Amino acid sequence: MTPIHQPLLSARTLTHLYGHRVGCIDVDLDLYEGEVLAVVGESGSGKSTQLSLLSAQMEPTSGAVAYRMTDGVTRDLVALSQAERRFLMRTDWGFVHQDARDGLHMGVSAGGNVGERLMAVGWRHYGDIRAKASDWLGRVEIDESRIDDFPTQFSGGMRQRLQIAKTLVTQPRLVFMDEPTGGLDVSVQARLLDLLRGLVTDLGLAAVVVTHDLAVARLLSSRMMVMRGGRVIEHGLTDQLLDDPREPYTQLLVSSILQA
Amino acid sequence: MSDTFQAIELRAVSKTFVLHAQGGVRLPVVKNATFAAPRAACTVLAGASGSGKSSILKMIYGSYRCDDGQILVTAGGERVDIALASPARILKLRASTLGYVSQFLRVIPRIGAPDIVTAAAREGGLNGMDARERASLLLTRLNIPERLWSVPPATFSGGEQQRVNIARGFAAPHAVLLLDEPTASLDAENRAVVVQLISEAKAGGAAILGVFHDDDVRHQAADHIVNVAAFSDPGAP
Repeated sequence: MTPIHQPLLSARTLTHLYGHRVGCIDVDLDLYEGEVLAVVGESGSGKSTQLSLLSAQMEPTSGAVAYRMTDGVTRDLVALSQAERRFLMRTDWGFVHQDARDGLHMGVSAGGNVGERLMAVGWRHYGDIRAKASDWLGRVEIDESRIDDFPTQFSGGMRQRLQIAKTLVTQPRLVFMDEPTGGLDVSVQARLLDLLRGLVTDLGLAAVVVTHDLAVARLLSSRMMVMRGGRVIEHGLTDQLLDDPREPYTQLLVSSILQA
Repeated sequence: MSDTFQAIELRAVSKTFVLHAQGGVRLPVVKNATFAAPRAACTVLAGASGSGKSSILKMIYGSYRCDDGQILVTAGGERVDIALASPARILKLRASTLGYVSQFLRVIPRIGAPDIVTAAAREGGLNGMDARERASLLLTRLNIPERLWSVPPATFSGGEQQRVNIARGFAAPHAVLLLDEPTASLDAENRAVVVQLISEAKAGGAAILGVFHDDDVRHQAADHIVNVAAFSDPGAP
Protein backbone atom coordinates (compact mmCIF):
# COMPACT_ATOMS: atom_id res chain seq x y z
CA MET A 1 0.00 0.00 0.00
CA THR A 2 1.32 3.44 -0.83
CA PRO A 3 1.26 5.72 2.19
CA ILE A 4 -0.40 9.07 1.70
CA HIS A 5 2.38 11.57 1.29
CA GLN A 6 2.06 14.15 4.04
CA PRO A 7 4.06 17.35 3.94
CA LEU A 8 7.04 17.52 6.29
CA LEU A 9 5.98 20.93 7.54
CA SER A 10 2.65 22.64 7.03
CA ALA A 11 1.04 25.82 8.26
CA ARG A 12 -2.61 26.87 8.09
CA THR A 13 -3.95 30.42 8.58
CA LEU A 14 -0.87 31.18 10.65
CA THR A 15 -1.30 34.55 12.34
CA HIS A 16 0.66 36.48 14.92
CA LEU A 17 -0.17 39.91 16.33
CA TYR A 18 2.11 42.00 18.52
CA GLY A 19 -0.67 43.80 20.39
CA HIS A 20 -2.36 45.77 17.61
CA ARG A 21 0.67 45.54 15.34
CA VAL A 22 0.62 42.83 12.68
CA GLY A 23 3.37 40.20 12.67
CA CYS A 24 1.93 37.99 9.98
CA ILE A 25 -1.58 37.08 8.87
CA ASP A 26 -3.13 33.98 7.32
CA VAL A 27 0.02 32.24 6.08
CA ASP A 28 -0.59 28.82 4.49
CA LEU A 29 2.25 26.60 3.34
CA ASP A 30 3.28 23.00 2.71
CA LEU A 31 6.90 21.94 2.54
CA TYR A 32 8.17 18.51 1.45
CA GLU A 33 11.56 16.81 1.73
CA GLY A 34 14.11 18.21 -0.71
CA GLU A 35 12.22 21.48 -1.18
CA VAL A 36 13.79 24.84 -0.47
CA LEU A 37 11.31 27.65 0.07
CA ALA A 38 12.51 31.25 0.02
CA VAL A 39 10.50 33.83 1.95
CA VAL A 40 11.28 37.30 0.62
CA GLY A 41 10.17 40.79 1.52
CA GLU A 42 11.46 43.98 3.09
CA SER A 43 12.20 44.32 6.78
CA GLY A 44 8.94 44.50 8.68
CA SER A 45 7.11 42.39 6.07
CA GLY A 46 6.59 39.56 8.54
CA LYS A 47 9.11 37.10 7.18
CA SER A 48 11.09 36.77 10.42
CA THR A 49 7.89 36.44 12.45
CA GLN A 50 6.83 33.66 10.13
CA LEU A 51 10.16 31.88 10.62
CA SER A 52 9.83 32.09 14.41
CA LEU A 53 6.31 30.65 14.23
CA LEU A 54 7.27 27.82 11.87
CA SER A 55 10.20 26.85 14.06
CA ALA A 56 8.15 26.90 17.30
CA GLN A 57 10.18 29.72 18.79
CA MET A 58 6.97 31.71 19.13
CA GLU A 59 3.35 30.64 19.51
CA PRO A 60 0.87 31.90 16.94
CA THR A 61 -2.05 34.11 17.95
CA SER A 62 -4.14 31.83 15.76
CA GLY A 63 -3.64 29.15 13.15
CA ALA A 64 -1.44 26.07 13.40
CA VAL A 65 1.85 24.53 12.34
CA ALA A 66 2.16 20.77 11.91
CA TYR A 67 5.35 18.71 11.51
CA ARG A 68 5.81 15.10 10.44
CA MET A 69 7.99 13.62 13.20
CA THR A 70 10.67 10.96 12.58
CA ASP A 71 8.15 8.24 13.49
CA GLY A 72 5.97 9.38 10.56
CA VAL A 73 3.24 10.87 12.74
CA THR A 74 2.28 14.47 11.97
CA ARG A 75 1.92 16.54 15.13
CA ASP A 76 0.71 20.01 15.96
CA LEU A 77 3.72 22.00 17.19
CA VAL A 78 1.78 23.80 19.92
CA ALA A 79 0.69 20.46 21.37
CA LEU A 80 4.27 19.17 21.73
CA SER A 81 5.80 18.93 25.18
CA GLN A 82 8.88 21.02 26.00
CA ALA A 83 11.02 17.88 25.85
CA GLU A 84 9.70 16.93 22.41
CA ARG A 85 10.30 20.44 21.12
CA ARG A 86 13.86 20.43 22.48
CA PHE A 87 14.47 17.07 20.84
CA LEU A 88 13.35 18.47 17.47
CA MET A 89 15.60 21.51 17.77
CA ARG A 90 18.61 19.41 18.71
CA THR A 91 18.31 16.72 16.10
CA ASP A 92 15.76 16.96 13.34
CA TRP A 93 15.88 20.73 12.82
CA GLY A 94 18.72 23.10 12.20
CA PHE A 95 19.00 26.89 12.38
CA VAL A 96 21.36 29.09 10.47
CA HIS A 97 21.23 32.57 11.99
CA GLN A 98 22.28 35.72 10.19
CA ASP A 99 24.74 36.46 12.99
CA ALA A 100 26.84 33.35 13.54
CA ARG A 101 27.30 34.40 17.18
CA ASP A 102 23.65 33.49 17.77
CA GLY A 103 24.30 29.94 16.67
CA LEU A 104 27.77 29.35 18.12
CA HIS A 105 29.34 29.31 21.54
CA MET A 106 32.10 31.84 21.12
CA GLY A 107 34.02 30.54 24.15
CA VAL A 108 34.16 26.98 22.81
CA SER A 109 36.58 25.72 20.11
CA ALA A 110 35.40 25.07 16.54
CA GLY A 111 35.55 21.32 17.10
CA GLY A 112 33.75 21.73 20.42
CA ASN A 113 30.93 23.67 18.79
CA VAL A 114 30.30 20.93 16.25
CA GLY A 115 30.86 18.18 18.84
CA GLU A 116 28.38 19.73 21.24
CA ARG A 117 25.47 19.06 18.93
CA LEU A 118 26.61 15.46 18.48
CA MET A 119 26.81 14.97 22.24
CA ALA A 120 23.30 16.34 22.55
CA VAL A 121 22.09 13.43 20.44
CA GLY A 122 23.98 10.86 22.48
CA TRP A 123 27.47 10.64 20.97
CA ARG A 124 29.93 9.83 23.77
CA HIS A 125 33.18 8.58 22.24
CA TYR A 126 35.70 11.44 22.08
CA GLY A 127 37.61 10.06 19.10
CA ASP A 128 34.42 9.56 17.06
CA ILE A 129 33.16 13.03 17.88
CA ARG A 130 36.45 14.64 16.95
CA ALA A 131 36.67 12.68 13.70
CA LYS A 132 33.12 13.64 12.74
CA ALA A 133 33.73 17.30 13.64
CA SER A 134 36.93 17.31 11.61
CA ASP A 135 35.10 15.77 8.63
CA TRP A 136 32.43 18.48 8.78
CA LEU A 137 34.97 21.30 9.07
CA GLY A 138 36.43 19.96 5.83
CA ARG A 139 33.01 19.87 4.18
CA VAL A 140 32.51 23.57 4.92
CA GLU A 141 36.05 24.33 3.74
CA ILE A 142 37.60 25.11 7.10
CA ASP A 143 41.10 23.69 7.37
CA GLU A 144 41.15 20.84 9.88
CA SER A 145 44.17 22.39 11.59
CA ARG A 146 41.78 25.07 12.91
CA ILE A 147 39.74 22.54 14.92
CA ASP A 148 41.03 23.77 18.29
CA ASP A 149 40.78 27.49 17.45
CA PHE A 150 37.95 29.59 18.82
CA PRO A 151 35.29 31.21 16.60
CA THR A 152 36.53 34.59 17.87
CA GLN A 153 39.68 33.95 15.82
CA PHE A 154 37.64 33.31 12.65
CA SER A 155 36.56 35.74 9.93
CA GLY A 156 32.83 36.42 9.43
CA GLY A 157 32.60 34.03 6.50
CA MET A 158 34.40 31.24 8.39
CA ARG A 159 32.14 31.69 11.40
CA GLN A 160 29.13 31.35 9.17
CA ARG A 161 30.55 28.16 7.65
CA LEU A 162 31.25 26.82 11.14
CA GLN A 163 27.64 27.52 12.11
CA ILE A 164 26.52 25.56 9.05
CA ALA A 165 28.75 22.60 9.99
CA LYS A 166 27.37 22.66 13.51
CA THR A 167 23.81 22.79 12.19
CA LEU A 168 24.13 20.00 9.66
CA VAL A 169 26.29 17.53 11.58
CA THR A 170 23.24 15.78 13.07
CA GLN A 171 21.70 15.48 9.60
CA PRO A 172 18.50 17.42 10.29
CA ARG A 173 15.61 16.95 7.87
CA LEU A 174 14.55 20.60 8.04
CA VAL A 175 16.74 23.70 8.22
CA PHE A 176 15.60 27.25 8.91
CA MET A 177 17.88 29.99 7.60
CA ASP A 178 17.53 33.66 8.45
CA GLU A 179 19.44 35.88 5.99
CA PRO A 180 22.27 33.32 5.86
CA THR A 181 24.51 35.56 3.75
CA GLY A 182 23.52 38.90 5.29
CA GLY A 183 26.37 41.10 6.45
CA LEU A 184 29.07 39.24 4.50
CA ASP A 185 31.30 40.57 1.72
CA VAL A 186 30.08 39.76 -1.77
CA SER A 187 32.92 37.33 -2.56
CA VAL A 188 32.37 35.56 0.77
CA GLN A 189 28.61 35.42 0.04
CA ALA A 190 29.16 33.70 -3.29
CA ARG A 191 31.29 31.00 -1.71
CA LEU A 192 28.80 30.45 1.10
CA LEU A 193 25.84 30.28 -1.27
CA ASP A 194 27.56 27.80 -3.47
CA LEU A 195 28.45 25.70 -0.43
CA LEU A 196 24.89 25.82 0.92
CA ARG A 197 23.47 24.96 -2.47
CA GLY A 198 25.70 21.89 -2.73
CA LEU A 199 24.90 20.70 0.79
CA VAL A 200 21.15 21.21 0.41
CA THR A 201 21.16 19.18 -2.82
CA ASP A 202 23.46 16.41 -1.56
CA LEU A 203 21.60 15.93 1.72
CA GLY A 204 18.11 16.35 0.21
CA LEU A 205 17.22 18.86 2.94
CA ALA A 206 14.00 20.75 3.26
CA ALA A 207 14.69 24.37 4.07
CA VAL A 208 12.95 27.66 4.70
CA VAL A 209 15.25 30.55 3.81
CA VAL A 210 14.30 34.06 4.82
CA THR A 211 16.07 36.65 2.70
CA HIS A 212 15.61 40.09 1.23
CA ASP A 213 18.09 39.19 -1.52
CA LEU A 214 16.38 37.85 -4.65
CA ALA A 215 19.69 36.51 -5.99
CA VAL A 216 19.92 34.28 -2.91
CA ALA A 217 16.35 33.12 -3.53
CA ARG A 218 17.14 32.39 -7.21
CA LEU A 219 20.23 30.35 -6.38
CA LEU A 220 18.97 28.37 -3.38
CA SER A 221 15.23 27.91 -3.70
CA SER A 222 12.79 26.16 -5.99
CA ARG A 223 9.74 27.88 -4.51
CA MET A 224 9.26 31.41 -3.30
CA MET A 225 6.82 33.39 -1.18
CA VAL A 226 6.67 37.19 -1.29
CA MET A 227 5.49 38.93 1.89
CA ARG A 228 4.32 42.45 2.50
CA GLY A 229 2.63 43.96 5.54
CA GLY A 230 2.44 40.53 7.18
CA ARG A 231 0.61 38.87 4.29
CA VAL A 232 1.75 36.51 1.56
CA ILE A 233 1.03 38.49 -1.59
CA GLU A 234 2.39 36.02 -4.14
CA HIS A 235 3.84 32.51 -4.10
CA GLY A 236 4.91 29.93 -6.65
CA LEU A 237 7.95 28.60 -8.48
CA THR A 238 10.98 30.79 -7.88
CA ASP A 239 11.79 31.25 -11.57
CA GLN A 240 8.11 32.00 -12.29
CA LEU A 241 7.92 34.75 -9.69
CA LEU A 242 11.24 36.26 -10.77
CA ASP A 243 10.67 36.00 -14.55
CA ASP A 244 6.93 36.70 -14.59
CA PRO A 245 6.02 38.61 -11.40
CA ARG A 246 2.34 39.43 -11.26
CA GLU A 247 1.70 41.58 -8.18
CA PRO A 248 2.71 45.26 -8.35
CA TYR A 249 4.97 44.87 -5.31
CA THR A 250 6.74 41.77 -6.69
CA GLN A 251 7.25 43.59 -10.00
CA LEU A 252 8.79 46.46 -8.08
CA LEU A 253 11.11 44.13 -6.14
CA VAL A 254 12.24 42.29 -9.28
CA SER A 255 12.80 45.49 -11.24
CA SER A 256 14.91 46.86 -8.38
CA ILE A 257 17.62 44.18 -8.67
CA LEU A 258 20.96 45.63 -9.65
CA GLN A 259 22.38 43.98 -12.74
CA ALA A 260 26.12 43.36 -12.36
CA MET B 1 -9.40 15.24 -30.61
CA SER B 2 -6.56 14.43 -28.30
CA ASP B 3 -3.81 12.21 -29.56
CA THR B 4 -1.40 10.44 -27.22
CA PHE B 5 1.24 10.67 -29.96
CA GLN B 6 1.46 14.38 -29.17
CA ALA B 7 3.93 15.12 -26.38
CA ILE B 8 2.97 18.78 -26.15
CA GLU B 9 -0.46 20.14 -26.87
CA LEU B 10 -1.57 23.75 -26.46
CA ARG B 11 -5.26 24.59 -26.51
CA ALA B 12 -6.35 28.23 -26.73
CA VAL B 13 -3.43 29.49 -24.68
CA SER B 14 -3.29 33.23 -24.00
CA LYS B 15 -1.05 35.50 -22.03
CA THR B 16 -0.98 39.21 -21.25
CA PHE B 17 1.63 41.05 -19.24
CA VAL B 18 0.34 43.80 -16.94
CA LEU B 19 3.03 46.33 -16.06
CA HIS B 20 2.02 47.98 -12.80
CA ALA B 21 4.94 50.41 -12.72
CA GLN B 22 3.66 51.84 -15.99
CA GLY B 23 0.13 52.54 -14.84
CA GLY B 24 -1.14 49.01 -15.45
CA VAL B 25 -0.29 48.96 -19.15
CA ARG B 26 -1.42 45.66 -20.74
CA LEU B 27 0.83 43.86 -23.19
CA PRO B 28 -0.88 40.91 -24.89
CA VAL B 29 1.87 38.53 -26.03
CA VAL B 30 0.06 35.34 -26.98
CA LYS B 31 -3.55 34.91 -28.04
CA ASN B 32 -5.35 31.63 -28.60
CA ALA B 33 -2.25 29.55 -29.32
CA THR B 34 -3.38 26.10 -30.42
CA PHE B 35 -0.93 23.53 -31.77
CA ALA B 36 0.72 20.23 -30.94
CA ALA B 37 4.26 18.85 -31.08
CA PRO B 38 4.69 15.11 -31.63
CA ARG B 39 7.26 12.74 -30.18
CA ALA B 40 10.42 11.86 -32.08
CA ALA B 41 10.29 15.07 -34.09
CA CYS B 42 11.47 18.64 -34.01
CA THR B 43 8.75 21.30 -34.20
CA VAL B 44 9.92 24.83 -34.85
CA LEU B 45 8.07 27.99 -33.85
CA ALA B 46 8.40 30.61 -36.56
CA GLY B 47 7.37 34.25 -36.56
CA ALA B 48 8.79 37.74 -36.32
CA SER B 49 10.73 38.88 -33.30
CA GLY B 50 8.29 39.85 -30.53
CA SER B 51 5.56 37.52 -31.78
CA GLY B 52 5.61 35.51 -28.55
CA LYS B 53 7.70 32.45 -29.54
CA SER B 54 9.89 32.61 -26.49
CA SER B 55 6.92 33.36 -24.21
CA ILE B 56 5.23 30.17 -25.45
CA LEU B 57 8.31 28.09 -24.57
CA LYS B 58 8.51 29.68 -21.12
CA MET B 59 4.83 28.99 -20.48
CA ILE B 60 5.34 25.32 -21.35
CA TYR B 61 8.34 25.16 -19.01
CA GLY B 62 6.32 26.97 -16.34
CA SER B 63 8.60 29.93 -15.80
CA TYR B 64 5.88 32.16 -17.31
CA ARG B 65 2.34 31.76 -16.13
CA CYS B 66 -0.47 30.91 -18.48
CA ASP B 67 -3.54 33.16 -18.11
CA ASP B 68 -5.92 31.07 -20.19
CA GLY B 69 -6.13 27.73 -21.94
CA GLN B 70 -4.46 24.36 -21.46
CA ILE B 71 -0.83 23.29 -21.84
CA LEU B 72 -0.77 19.50 -21.88
CA VAL B 73 2.54 17.67 -21.58
CA THR B 74 2.39 13.89 -21.95
CA ALA B 75 5.23 11.64 -20.84
CA GLY B 76 5.60 8.27 -19.16
CA GLY B 77 1.90 7.56 -19.56
CA GLU B 78 0.96 10.70 -17.66
CA ARG B 79 -0.57 13.92 -18.86
CA VAL B 80 -0.06 17.14 -16.95
CA ASP B 81 -1.76 20.48 -17.59
CA ILE B 82 1.05 22.93 -16.84
CA ALA B 83 -1.43 25.81 -16.68
CA LEU B 84 -3.04 24.27 -13.57
CA ALA B 85 -0.23 22.14 -12.11
CA SER B 86 1.13 22.85 -8.61
CA PRO B 87 4.72 24.07 -8.24
CA ALA B 88 5.69 20.66 -6.82
CA ARG B 89 4.21 18.87 -9.87
CA ILE B 90 6.04 21.16 -12.28
CA LEU B 91 9.34 20.65 -10.46
CA LYS B 92 8.85 16.89 -10.64
CA LEU B 93 8.07 17.10 -14.35
CA ARG B 94 11.19 19.19 -14.95
CA ALA B 95 13.31 16.60 -13.17
CA SER B 96 11.88 13.66 -15.10
CA THR B 97 10.72 14.95 -18.46
CA LEU B 98 10.93 18.59 -19.31
CA GLY B 99 14.18 20.26 -20.38
CA TYR B 100 14.74 23.87 -21.35
CA VAL B 101 17.79 25.40 -22.98
CA SER B 102 17.97 29.16 -23.15
CA GLN B 103 20.40 31.42 -24.87
CA PHE B 104 22.20 32.19 -21.64
CA LEU B 105 23.99 30.16 -19.03
CA ARG B 106 23.07 31.14 -15.50
CA VAL B 107 26.52 31.00 -14.02
CA ILE B 108 27.00 29.58 -10.55
CA PRO B 109 30.11 30.88 -8.80
CA ARG B 110 33.04 28.45 -8.54
CA ILE B 111 31.45 25.50 -10.35
CA GLY B 112 33.36 24.23 -13.40
CA ALA B 113 31.74 23.26 -16.71
CA PRO B 114 32.03 19.44 -16.26
CA ASP B 115 30.34 19.67 -12.86
CA ILE B 116 27.50 21.81 -14.24
CA VAL B 117 26.84 19.31 -17.02
CA THR B 118 27.32 16.25 -14.79
CA ALA B 119 24.82 17.62 -12.27
CA ALA B 120 22.24 18.03 -15.04
CA ALA B 121 22.85 14.46 -16.25
CA ARG B 122 22.45 13.15 -12.70
CA GLU B 123 19.22 15.05 -12.16
CA GLY B 124 17.96 13.34 -15.31
CA GLY B 125 18.65 9.93 -13.79
CA LEU B 126 22.12 8.93 -15.01
CA ASN B 127 24.39 7.37 -12.39
CA GLY B 128 27.62 9.06 -11.28
CA MET B 129 30.02 7.44 -13.77
CA ASP B 130 27.69 7.65 -16.76
CA ALA B 131 26.85 11.25 -15.94
CA ARG B 132 30.51 12.25 -15.85
CA GLU B 133 31.22 10.43 -19.13
CA ARG B 134 28.23 12.03 -20.80
CA ALA B 135 29.44 15.46 -19.63
CA SER B 136 32.97 14.94 -21.01
CA LEU B 137 31.60 13.68 -24.30
CA LEU B 138 29.25 16.63 -24.76
CA LEU B 139 31.85 19.26 -23.81
CA THR B 140 34.32 17.68 -26.22
CA ARG B 141 31.78 17.54 -29.04
CA LEU B 142 30.88 21.17 -28.42
CA ASN B 143 34.55 22.16 -28.61
CA ILE B 144 35.04 23.35 -25.04
CA PRO B 145 38.80 22.76 -24.69
CA GLU B 146 39.87 20.64 -21.71
CA ARG B 147 42.10 23.39 -20.39
CA LEU B 148 38.92 25.34 -19.58
CA TRP B 149 37.29 22.49 -17.67
CA SER B 150 38.73 23.48 -14.31
CA VAL B 151 37.75 27.14 -14.74
CA PRO B 152 34.26 28.32 -13.70
CA PRO B 153 32.43 29.48 -16.85
CA ALA B 154 31.82 32.97 -15.39
CA THR B 155 34.98 34.04 -17.22
CA PHE B 156 34.12 32.31 -20.53
CA SER B 157 33.17 34.11 -23.71
CA GLY B 158 29.47 34.35 -24.63
CA GLY B 159 29.77 31.56 -27.21
CA GLU B 160 31.61 29.26 -24.79
CA GLN B 161 29.00 29.84 -22.10
CA GLN B 162 26.29 29.09 -24.60
CA ARG B 163 27.94 25.80 -25.54
CA VAL B 164 28.21 24.79 -21.87
CA ASN B 165 24.51 25.60 -21.58
CA ILE B 166 23.70 23.39 -24.57
CA ALA B 167 25.78 20.54 -23.12
CA ARG B 168 23.80 20.96 -19.92
CA GLY B 169 20.48 20.91 -21.76
CA PHE B 170 21.30 17.73 -23.68
CA ALA B 171 22.98 15.95 -20.74
CA ALA B 172 19.85 14.15 -19.59
CA PRO B 173 17.50 12.25 -21.90
CA HIS B 174 14.50 14.59 -21.65
CA ALA B 175 11.33 13.33 -23.31
CA VAL B 176 10.34 16.94 -24.00
CA LEU B 177 13.02 19.48 -24.81
CA LEU B 178 12.42 23.20 -25.30
CA LEU B 179 15.13 25.11 -27.17
CA ASP B 180 15.00 28.90 -26.92
CA GLU B 181 17.47 30.20 -29.54
CA PRO B 182 20.28 27.97 -28.26
CA THR B 183 22.44 28.64 -31.31
CA ALA B 184 22.24 32.45 -31.31
CA SER B 185 25.95 33.19 -31.05
CA LEU B 186 27.54 29.98 -32.37
CA ASP B 187 29.74 29.51 -35.42
CA ALA B 188 28.77 27.13 -38.23
CA GLU B 189 30.80 24.22 -36.84
CA ASN B 190 29.11 24.34 -33.44
CA ARG B 191 25.70 24.92 -34.98
CA ALA B 192 26.21 21.67 -36.88
CA VAL B 193 26.94 19.88 -33.58
CA VAL B 194 23.66 21.20 -32.16
CA VAL B 195 21.79 19.95 -35.25
CA GLN B 196 23.35 16.50 -34.65
CA LEU B 197 22.38 16.56 -30.98
CA ILE B 198 18.81 17.39 -31.98
CA SER B 199 18.68 14.43 -34.41
CA GLU B 200 20.04 12.09 -31.74
CA ALA B 201 17.43 13.29 -29.23
CA LYS B 202 14.71 12.79 -31.85
CA ALA B 203 15.97 9.28 -32.58
CA GLY B 204 15.64 8.64 -28.83
CA GLY B 205 11.96 9.59 -29.08
CA ALA B 206 12.14 13.12 -27.70
CA ALA B 207 9.67 15.80 -28.68
CA ILE B 208 11.65 18.93 -29.43
CA LEU B 209 10.09 22.35 -29.67
CA GLY B 210 12.44 25.12 -30.65
CA VAL B 211 12.99 28.69 -31.67
CA PHE B 212 16.00 29.24 -33.94
CA HIS B 213 17.00 32.49 -35.47
CA ASP B 214 19.50 30.94 -37.93
CA ASP B 215 17.89 29.69 -41.12
CA ASP B 216 20.39 26.87 -41.61
CA VAL B 217 19.64 25.28 -38.21
CA ARG B 218 15.92 25.75 -38.76
CA HIS B 219 16.01 24.07 -42.16
CA GLN B 220 18.12 21.17 -41.03
CA ALA B 221 16.33 20.51 -37.73
CA ALA B 222 12.66 21.22 -38.44
CA ASP B 223 10.17 18.45 -39.15
CA HIS B 224 7.20 20.73 -38.59
CA ILE B 225 6.85 24.48 -38.56
CA VAL B 226 4.23 26.33 -36.53
CA ASN B 227 3.68 29.95 -37.46
CA VAL B 228 3.22 31.92 -34.27
CA ALA B 229 2.01 35.07 -36.06
CA ALA B 230 -1.43 33.43 -36.13
CA PHE B 231 -1.51 33.52 -32.31
CA SER B 232 -0.46 37.12 -31.78
CA ASP B 233 -3.04 39.55 -30.56
CA PRO B 234 -4.35 41.49 -33.56
CA GLY B 235 -4.81 44.47 -31.24
CA ALA B 236 -1.13 44.43 -30.27
CA PRO B 237 1.13 47.09 -31.76
